[in-house]
Amino acid sequence: MANFLGYAVPGIPYGCTYALFAVGLVLTYQATGVFNFAFAAQAYVSAYLFMYFTQNGDLPTWAAFIVSVVVIAPLLGWLLDYFLFRRIPNTQVMAKVVTGISLLVGIPSLLTVAFGSQNLTDAPSILFSPNVVYFHLFGLEQVPIDGIFLSTVVVTVVALVALVILIRFTSLGLKMRAAVESRRLVQLDGVNATKVVGSAWMIAGLFAGLAGVLLAPQFAVLQSQNYITLMVTAIAAAAWGVLRSMPIAAGVAVVLGIVELIAQGYLPTGGFLYDAVLPVLPMIVLVAALLLMPGMRTIEHARDPLASVDPPTPPISSTLRSPTMDRIIKTGWWALLAVFVISMLSWVPRTWENVFNQGIAFSVIFLSITLITGMGGQLSLAQATLAGVGAFTAGQLALHLGLNLLVGGIVGAAAAAVVAVLLALLSLRLKGLGLALMTLAAGLVFTLAVFPRPSVSETTNGIALQSKWIGLGIFNPNGRAFFILGMIVLTVVTLGIIQVRKGTVGSYLTALRGSETAASGIGINPSRQRVMIFALSGAVAGIGGTLYSIQQTHVTPNVFGYQFSLVFVVVVVTTGVSTVEGAIQAGIGLTLFEQIVTYLPGRFGGNSLVFVFFAFGALTYASHPEGVLEFQRRRWTGRFDRLLFTKDDLGNPSAGSGGGVPTPPAPPTAATLPGVAPGVVAPAAPGAGAENRFELPYHG
Amino acid sequence: MVDPPASWSVPQTTAPPTLGPLFGRRTQPGQLLGDPGPLLVVRGVSKYFGGVQAVRNVTFAVDPCESVGLVGPNGAGKTTLFNCVCGQLRPEEGSIEFVGTDLGRLPTYRRARLGIGRTYQRVEVFSDMTVREHVLVAERARKGDGRLWRDLCNLGSPSVEERTKVEMVLETVGLTAVADTPVSALGLGMCRLVELGRALVGEPRLLMADEPSSGLDEHETSDLAGVLRMLQAERGMAVLLVEHDLAMVNEVVDRTIVMDLGQVIAEGTFDQVMSDPHVRHAYLGRAG
Amino acid sequence: MSGPGAPALEVDGVSAAYGPYRALFDVSFRVPVGSVVALLGSNGAGKSTVARVVSGLLPSTSGTIRLGDEDVTGWPAHRVARAGMAHVPEGRGIFASLSVEENLVVAFRQRAGRRQVASALERAYQAFPILGERRKQRGGTLSGGQQRLLSLAKVLVVPPRVLVADELSLGLAPVVVDAVYDGLRSINAAGTAILVVEQQVDRALDLAHGAVVLEHGSVAFVGLAQNALAAVERVLAMRGEQGSVHAG
Repeated sequence: MANFLGYAVPGIPYGCTYALFAVGLVLTYQATGVFNFAFAAQAYVSAYLFMYFTQNGDLPTWAAFIVSVVVIAPLLGWLLDYFLFRRIPNTQVMAKVVTGISLLVGIPSLLTVAFGSQNLTDAPSILFSPNVVYFHLFGLEQVPIDGIFLSTVVVTVVALVALVILIRFTSLGLKMRAAVESRRLVQLDGVNATKVVGSAWMIAGLFAGLAGVLLAPQFAVLQSQNYITLMVTAIAAAAWGVLRSMPIAAGVAVVLGIVELIAQGYLPTGGFLYDAVLPVLPMIVLVAALLLMPGMRTIEHARDPLASVDPPTPPISSTLRSPTMDRIIKTGWWALLAVFVISMLSWVPRTWENVFNQGIAFSVIFLSITLITGMGGQLSLAQATLAGVGAFTAGQLALHLGLNLLVGGIVGAAAAAVVAVLLALLSLRLKGLGLALMTLAAGLVFTLAVFPRPSVSETTNGIALQSKWIGLGIFNPNGRAFFILGMIVLTVVTLGIIQVRKGTVGSYLTALRGSETAASGIGINPSRQRVMIFALSGAVAGIGGTLYSIQQTHVTPNVFGYQFSLVFVVVVVTTGVSTVEGAIQAGIGLTLFEQIVTYLPGRFGGNSLVFVFFAFGALTYASHPEGVLEFQRRRWTGRFDRLLFTKDDLGNPSAGSGGGVPTPPAPPTAATLPGVAPGVVAPAAPGAGAENRFELPYHG
Repeated sequence: MVDPPASWSVPQTTAPPTLGPLFGRRTQPGQLLGDPGPLLVVRGVSKYFGGVQAVRNVTFAVDPCESVGLVGPNGAGKTTLFNCVCGQLRPEEGSIEFVGTDLGRLPTYRRARLGIGRTYQRVEVFSDMTVREHVLVAERARKGDGRLWRDLCNLGSPSVEERTKVEMVLETVGLTAVADTPVSALGLGMCRLVELGRALVGEPRLLMADEPSSGLDEHETSDLAGVLRMLQAERGMAVLLVEHDLAMVNEVVDRTIVMDLGQVIAEGTFDQVMSDPHVRHAYLGRAG
Repeated sequence: MSGPGAPALEVDGVSAAYGPYRALFDVSFRVPVGSVVALLGSNGAGKSTVARVVSGLLPSTSGTIRLGDEDVTGWPAHRVARAGMAHVPEGRGIFASLSVEENLVVAFRQRAGRRQVASALERAYQAFPILGERRKQRGGTLSGGQQRLLSLAKVLVVPPRVLVADELSLGLAPVVVDAVYDGLRSINAAGTAILVVEQQVDRALDLAHGAVVLEHGSVAFVGLAQNALAAVERVLAMRGEQGSVHAG
């Protein structure tokens, strides 16, 4: 019994920090309608600054606490609201998730860029001294109660009680609950919704900061990944309360903390349960909640009755360029491609060959995101994982059976497709946020429990590939042979995707993106289409993973970690998720950029700078769902079009794929046709106020 | 205005079973065998939302080629019943049969392929598509799931047959002029016609229209009523119409079912049910 | 307070757009103090857009909106509401996740003042006993008619200076619509100026003193209610011809 308590009681502070996280997430979700993926990053910022000030700035602990938690944490929350989330219409679930993930990737990188790489260790504890044992619980030697324990439990309990009072019994709490359902409706009642939501963000920010600083002493070295893993644990707890109930979220969080430590104490070290199940226990709990809590399926059903006040979401794919301009652009692309291929085969130096080869491999992986997100309309946070499944399958087949890597790559693609299908079947009834959480959990399970297994990755550095497994001189990361292989794979995959998009399956997917209700009403089977697009996406990711591993000559578990799934989404969303060009630009752009920053002095943060750049790009997703790069391209081609071919201001609409059919007079609404003019879709950013940013010519 | 038939029990005689040149390929087993069994049978259906009983023990039938109006005050359970028939909701009690097969737990898309077409109270269109693409995708979907390999081999472009059919449907509902317009640029009235065209190309045996006139003005409403009437007469299509606009109901339907508080309270010709004391009570008599 | 002669609500040269879609073009009209004006027109003519621009939900791109003496152009909706405007939006105008009582409390705190909430609640339950019976029930579980009554109770109990009522009759049984219009009559008698947005032309004109007819986002008629019917018919007839050109 004493031993049991010795294992269980230290779990309480862990559980408390999970609870703070979980309640903070529920609070943000309840009060603002945003499921805040950036919560972990907010917590990390406070912890980072707290430790930075106490160690490098020589501030006393209390002063550092006030600056980092009481001042900066709420301020950060308010800034996120003011500059980002306030401007995203409540109905755009995808935009909210993407924005949160961009912040999750971007903020820790921004800290690295701003303060340089820091190794922050030995966080100080607040209130009580961390290493002093104040008393033993029940007088038992096994259950010492130290400063960390006391600080955590006391702060958590006080914070939770204060919060419940705020939400349940105060006027602000009532306004928050009203504002989350419809900011507009609450405004009609004379309530300043912006202020209410802003205060909710500040309170949630305070919670994030508090949790971050409380957690810091529990890690040897401060790393943002720790906070992301923790957040997933908190999400698991919050999901059991359907992101609504704070008491359930807090309760499950505490129980989770305790169970983890009990399991850690009793399970034999080195066993399967200890190595492969214990680290992913929270993810299993999260998956269970997603499958078993019916509320998680309908989480996004609460609707703003006044949503129609928002400008309609600009249709992503309805770009209709003038045929002349289209021809010029196409010719330009082909010329560029020819120059690129010839250059790569003749004069491009070795380092840059490596960069482009790597870019090609990334492009293939990124095309899987074009499939699942651009065409399927589903956000998957497990694409790096699926790439890893393909790569490890190919690597294992080569290692044990001596199978050629090219053949192995195809088997790997099939394996990745199977995993993707299983994932799709598990999450058939989830959409939007639920699906993002499910795929995130799957990515974490593979990262923490599958890829590190010796039977999968052999060593911690993974499988070293050998040139005899592939032949043809391809096995040289800088080599031209690899370049040719890469180009062939990329071309085949790209053409395949274009065909699918043009064909029946593509039109079914477009229909499902438009309205799932109506699509199933005309006989389209939504589940089947979803499973199919997951399988396709998985296969493409698997091929990309193998290609990347061949280029790297290693199959390494680290490069297929869940955090890269997040980075991948952020990168592709920046360049354009709805087009194949977007994915290719993302692949080449990412490696090119990474190469360029190596020429910068180290204090610019190296790859962190790249992440920051793309994260900032992805933050524009809400206003440019077609990708900010794609948006700029359309804008410039539109301008050139008008400049070169001096159209009249009405743009001489030549609408439609049919071409010859003249556009009818505008139907009896005041709306003019969007996208028929070369000015193309350039909608005003939501919330940009009365300023007219769109360039559409009007039939006034 | 078209007079409703004197008796709704023999509706087959009011509309010829010729299916028109466009839909000539279709077979309607019941009709070919000369067996006029009911097309849709709703038997003892109940649906609860939490503790609230939205539909209580509702029973009715729709015969082939018959048009039936489903009316009643707000909150009577009409749309809930619609969703039960289409499979978006599952009733807790009772059964729904369509052309003799129990729909049971059949998902929505399977019911659609069986021949239940539908339009929606809140317009549901595919925002990224043009009008023509709407009709084309519906024509494809009716035949089943897409074949990935066909798309990959560039066999996915529409055939001559498909194109002709799509153009004919567009003409029927009067959308030829805007065929290449993205639906996001159309008004509500046009979108309702797009929905209608999309449902029609699937050659439904039963067309379920949920408040098609809501949001339309009087002219658009009467145009729509004309189209529905014509389809029912020429194509031998059964129509189940939920509608608040009683004038339109009177114009379109052979038979009217009145619901109130989840129950069927009257059934008969439009004039019959409107003079029914229960109906008058439901519509006018209750205070508050 | 509004000065002598100033209309309760004045809309002058207002245009508005939803993102790239322009919905209103140079709309002007007035609602005199204590009167009822019907805003009519076919679907898509921009009636609800006018209501939203007036209450500050949608920013106007040009023109001015005056509430009594105050220029409220560009004000956020909550400031317009505090200045005495109440807007009952089309469709569901209540919070589905809050209880009936909480719905009323949110509204009364601002409209009646913190101290008056209890007495306002009491009056609301007296006027609408059904809401009193269901005060603990979540708004979303009410029937459509009851939800409409709740959204009306929010404004009827504490009469505003100007009420904008958007499509109150849509989807309601006639008996409920009658109750709704009785409510409008009573607060108009108490001095509230009302802008009624309505599709049911007869019902709206029966209540209204003046009328505005919109067509394609522009004003097609402004004048006395009894003269509006002809204008409405003319507008609809024109549309009909155009429609047939389209179809042909």
